[in-house]
Amino acid sequence: MLGQAIADGILTGAIIALGAIGVTFTLAIMRFANFAHSELLTWGGYIALVFVAFAGPGAPTGPLSFGWQLLAAAVIAAVLTGLAAWGVDALVFRRLRRRGAQPLTMVFAAFGAALVMRHLVVLVWGHESRFYTRELQIAVELWPGVRVLPDQIFIAGLALAVTVLLHGFLTRSRTGMAMRAMAESPALAQVCGIEVEAVVRLTWIISGTLAAFAGVFAGLTPQLHPEIGFNLLLSLFAAAILGGTGSLPGAVLGGLLVGLAENLSLLLISPGYKGAMPFLLLLVILIVRPQGLFGERG
Amino acid sequence: MVAYLVFFACVVLILGVLTLALNLQWGFTGLFNAGIVGFYAIGAYTHAILTAAPQPQYIGNLGLPWPVGILGAMAATALASWLIGLVTIRLRGDYLAIATFGVAVSIQLVALNWEPLTGGPQGLTRIARPLAGSFDTPFAFNLAFLGLMVLVMAAIYWALDRILRSPWGRVLRAIREDETAAVALGKSARRFRLEAFVVGSTLMGLAGALYVSFIGFVSPYDFLPIVTFQVWAMLIVGGSGNNRGALLGALVVWAIWAGSGVLVTKLVPPSHAAQGAAVQAILIGLLLVLVLLFRPRGLIGEAAVVSRHVND
Repeated sequence: MLGQAIADGILTGAIIALGAIGVTFTLAIMRFANFAHSELLTWGGYIALVFVAFAGPGAPTGPLSFGWQLLAAAVIAAVLTGLAAWGVDALVFRRLRRRGAQPLTMVFAAFGAALVMRHLVVLVWGHESRFYTRELQIAVELWPGVRVLPDQIFIAGLALAVTVLLHGFLTRSRTGMAMRAMAESPALAQVCGIEVEAVVRLTWIISGTLAAFAGVFAGLTPQLHPEIGFNLLLSLFAAAILGGTGSLPGAVLGGLLVGLAENLSLLLISPGYKGAMPFLLLLVILIVRPQGLFGERG
Repeated sequence: MVAYLVFFACVVLILGVLTLALNLQWGFTGLFNAGIVGFYAIGAYTHAILTAAPQPQYIGNLGLPWPVGILGAMAATALASWLIGLVTIRLRGDYLAIATFGVAVSIQLVALNWEPLTGGPQGLTRIARPLAGSFDTPFAFNLAFLGLMVLVMAAIYWALDRILRSPWGRVLRAIREDETAAVALGKSARRFRLEAFVVGSTLMGLAGALYVSFIGFVSPYDFLPIVTFQVWAMLIVGGSGNNRGALLGALVVWAIWAGSGVLVTKLVPPSHAAQGAAVQAILIGLLLVLVLLFRPRGLIGEAAVVSRHVND
């Protein structure tokens, strides 16, 4: 029971982590809580669905329930969702920034953008659940009593790979360092000659890309619906704040902790209340260590 | 048509109470409450639990009279918001928004899952309605309820106007504008923020109790997060920091919501009802973004207040 909860927690945590990376970057670099971020997950999931509808999910490869076609669809969805995130910025957030709007005005705009984005998905696909693939999978026993689906292991592995790549980019490349500098202090970054708008654009593209992967993976285990992103929103915020805003390792660890807390809670409380766990975790961290595990600012 | 307008006006006035309450918290004090629907739900469910006709399978359903339900709902929301405020009120800006958003999500889970108390997904029915026995037709009841709502709204509007002009209201605005300066003048920002949070949330609870006593049943699906975003749209469209603006916003946004809903049901076949409802939400979201971009003050924004002693 405990082993199974830990395994499930790590696997859902990997998906939350991918989504939380974008939230933490927006909080640190754009300085607002993007309530529309969850809709990027949903968009990613549904854009991939369009391509799967054309090419099919592919014949099951090895123990996985899908073939290379679904992966290709996920990559295309990631690129398009990255561009969509940038597009929403150009349409809404950049205009507000240029006017010198308060960060909280950005949050209100995010409320509006989220309503539009989520319901555009309902408008096109309706409320019914959608599946990328109808293949049935056999769970493998990792450990006595701990069963996981091969797809889930694949997702966790891919999430880890993406995180390591992104971490390398942030710590080694000039652009990555510019992003971190912006997160530390936008004013100081600007006087150092960092092109703020270029960093902002890159931040949106990375956030959207990772959100799309999170959306596709959430849709793969097991189905896609228009609230798939919105239902994760609180978990994403909890993970980002738990890790400390602007911290990539923080967001990943935060995601894993939120995933673990949700699944371990099932040992004690009824599954109906699982959704309140990120909130409880959030309250504890805001009281005990508001700067988060890896954060430096209070 | 008249019957529909009466119903519409009742709903607008109930939503107007929510928008005025949010205006007290955000417009005058700068508290970013993103969990409006949570407090609305506490009021609604408390009223339902206190007044619904007794049934053996439920803990609540006490069958108490209507006024007890209304007062109980306000007391329960005040207590809950005070406890929540004790923990969260020191959070700033969007952190408070995220925390209160989490509060609302958790409250909705309780409403959906604690069946012996809340009725779970079915909700509770046969809730006390004011003077319900004395009307022959639903229209007569709705008309009387509209009269009641006008009185309630007038009382709330007047009371808010008074307290916002009072020294207490001035401190709230001082904290909103410059908390450090207000603290330097010896005002406990934390205490005033908590008071504004509790008073506003209590009004939200009252709105919830009025809503369920108007429609006569409570369902968890009336308390989804979208309500929070609708009320925010109302305040921002109307004009934050101005109570007349808040009410105008409630009217405009609900007119667009309900009007587009009527059009959609006429034009869209029932098989595509979900898509039709999506159009309503898209319109509200677009309206919110467009107002922020092109008329950030809202329809009627906050009036500049100059001290009458400025020329002394």
